[in-house]
Amino acid sequence: MTLAGATDVVVIGAGHAGLAMSRYLSAAAIDHVVLERGEIANSWRRERWDSLRLLTPNWQSRLPGHAYSGPAPDSFMTMSEVIGFIDDYAKVVGAPVRTFTTVTSVSEAEGGYQVTTERRVWRARSVILASGASSMPDVPPLSSALPATTRSLTPREYRNPKQLDDRAVLVVGASASGVQLADEILRSGRRVMLAVGEHIRMPRTYRGRDIQWWLDAAGVLDERYDAVDDIVRARRVPSPQLIGTPERATLDLNSLTSRGVELVGRLAGIVDGKAQFSGSLRNHCAMADLKLRRLLDRIDEWIERSGMSREIAAPERFAPTHTPQTPRLLVDFEADRIGTVLWATGFRPDYRWLKVPVFDRKGRLKHDGGIVDAPGLYALGLNFMRRRKSSFIHGAEDDVRELGDHLVAYLRRAPYSTSPPTRTFPSAGLEARRYVDSAIAKSHFH
Amino acid sequence: MSATATRVVDNGVNVEALLGARQALTDTPEAARFKWRASCRWVRGTHSKSTVQGFFGLGSEQSHRTEFSFEADHPEVFASEDLGATPVEFVLVGLASCLTAGIAAVAQNRQIQLRSVKATVEAGMDLQGILGIDSEVRNGFDAIKVVFDIDADASREDIEALVAQSQKRSAVFDIVTNPTNVSVEVR
Repeated sequence: MTLAGATDVVVIGAGHAGLAMSRYLSAAAIDHVVLERGEIANSWRRERWDSLRLLTPNWQSRLPGHAYSGPAPDSFMTMSEVIGFIDDYAKVVGAPVRTFTTVTSVSEAEGGYQVTTERRVWRARSVILASGASSMPDVPPLSSALPATTRSLTPREYRNPKQLDDRAVLVVGASASGVQLADEILRSGRRVMLAVGEHIRMPRTYRGRDIQWWLDAAGVLDERYDAVDDIVRARRVPSPQLIGTPERATLDLNSLTSRGVELVGRLAGIVDGKAQFSGSLRNHCAMADLKLRRLLDRIDEWIERSGMSREIAAPERFAPTHTPQTPRLLVDFEADRIGTVLWATGFRPDYRWLKVPVFDRKGRLKHDGGIVDAPGLYALGLNFMRRRKSSFIHGAEDDVRELGDHLVAYLRRAPYSTSPPTRTFPSAGLEARRYVDSAIAKSHFH
Repeated sequence: MSATATRVVDNGVNVEALLGARQALTDTPEAARFKWRASCRWVRGTHSKSTVQGFFGLGSEQSHRTEFSFEADHPEVFASEDLGATPVEFVLVGLASCLTAGIAAVAQNRQIQLRSVKATVEAGMDLQGILGIDSEVRNGFDAIKVVFDIDADASREDIEALVAQSQKRSAVFDIVTNPTNVSVEVR
């Protein structure tokens, strides 16, 4: 192992969020390094399926100091366009990125943290976790009971339908990933079943504009984590059923079933080569329809209040989700010729290398709006981390500014001790953090 | 608006206590582990008598204020004496009363005054299953249909949302819609 490097801040991950934080730190003249296990925008390069496009229109791809400036503001970036966009941002920012530097552990050390990589050891007073919210597919334990003749695949490994044999595919989960993959595999000529639990239904466009435009304008995306009733629940809400296509098409369950996708309830068990589905499909669809109506009501009210109602199209309401009269409860993998199960059951961040006691009993990172439960440790880009938009590209700007301010105040107050080391008492660190929290709260949030 | 805001909504549900329990059980997950019990004694023919009283929860043995008992039997068309409800009807009672309790709790939490709530439940069953006539017919229900008639100070949409939320948080709805491992032993 080579000698240790010392810096003030180590940013882990050179995606849009890590780069935005690097820009902030450079502007504040804070010494830092961005460690990246692969290349810039690595997950977008290696862990996404071929046809994927962003769920947000190009105009919404904005970062501090960088924005989309191409000819199609209402279209959606392909993966190569996203990679180009983030690559360009890295150049604009001039971030000190060390590529192909995989972090193997982060642990507490005197004066801050020790960040161990395959190449060298870093000492830093602060660490920013910007390695992504969607690193690990969240595959349910019941997947282990799948018969050997059926292949198990996650969206991280899936690239295109050519990977699949010609038998039917069971897509588990009806979030954005689930409906997009069901759609693509159906178009490839394969039979598709979609297991539907709790989901969020959204039209691509509403009253002539992209749904993201309304969510943005009406302030839905700016809703703060400390202003919602149940943030634990809000952070678990699946991604809305949206797809980014040049035609701005809506992709909901009705559009899938009208073309032959078979809906079944939430996958509840796998026993003796058979999948068991919950009898709750109808209620899950009814709830999604009700929530959609509530969202559209809210947008309509906003339009009314803002005085726009005369310039734009009239309110619309969408047909309720059609559910089969008697959805199947049992499906035999062999008899029904199900070749593949695709787990669109969500993702979680991968913090296996984080050796700091900051996890709750369910293994989730304990943090208050990205301020992790250990002094000088911060997260970025997690679901609804500080705002509903936190995990989106355009969500980075506000979060980076607020957490950056918090970090700067922390570095000023915390005793500098990267080298030579002087032991600080944990309670003193906590005290300082609380003080900083309240100072930041006063200056920025009120 | 001010009239609705000042009127006290009372469905007889102590929401504060429920929310307090939710918080307390979030902090002490062990206390949230309950065990429900019933015992059943055969009387004669298809007639049986079941009782419930004790259960386990909040880390210790608990008890209903009194023992409740239930007579179960089959109707005369089954050549029985019809001394109580059919066991499958108890399942319907369980589902309807669970959803109804949920509606009251959710309505209270959402500040909706209920005036009347009536559930009608119907479940289809093909007796060729339990009689062993056709092995492809299951023993249990083909499907269950619940219809609610609700009179409340709320829009139709809000009432539909109440009913949907009640299903989402209902134990019996979960029990009848999802598989459960059951072990039956002889002592």
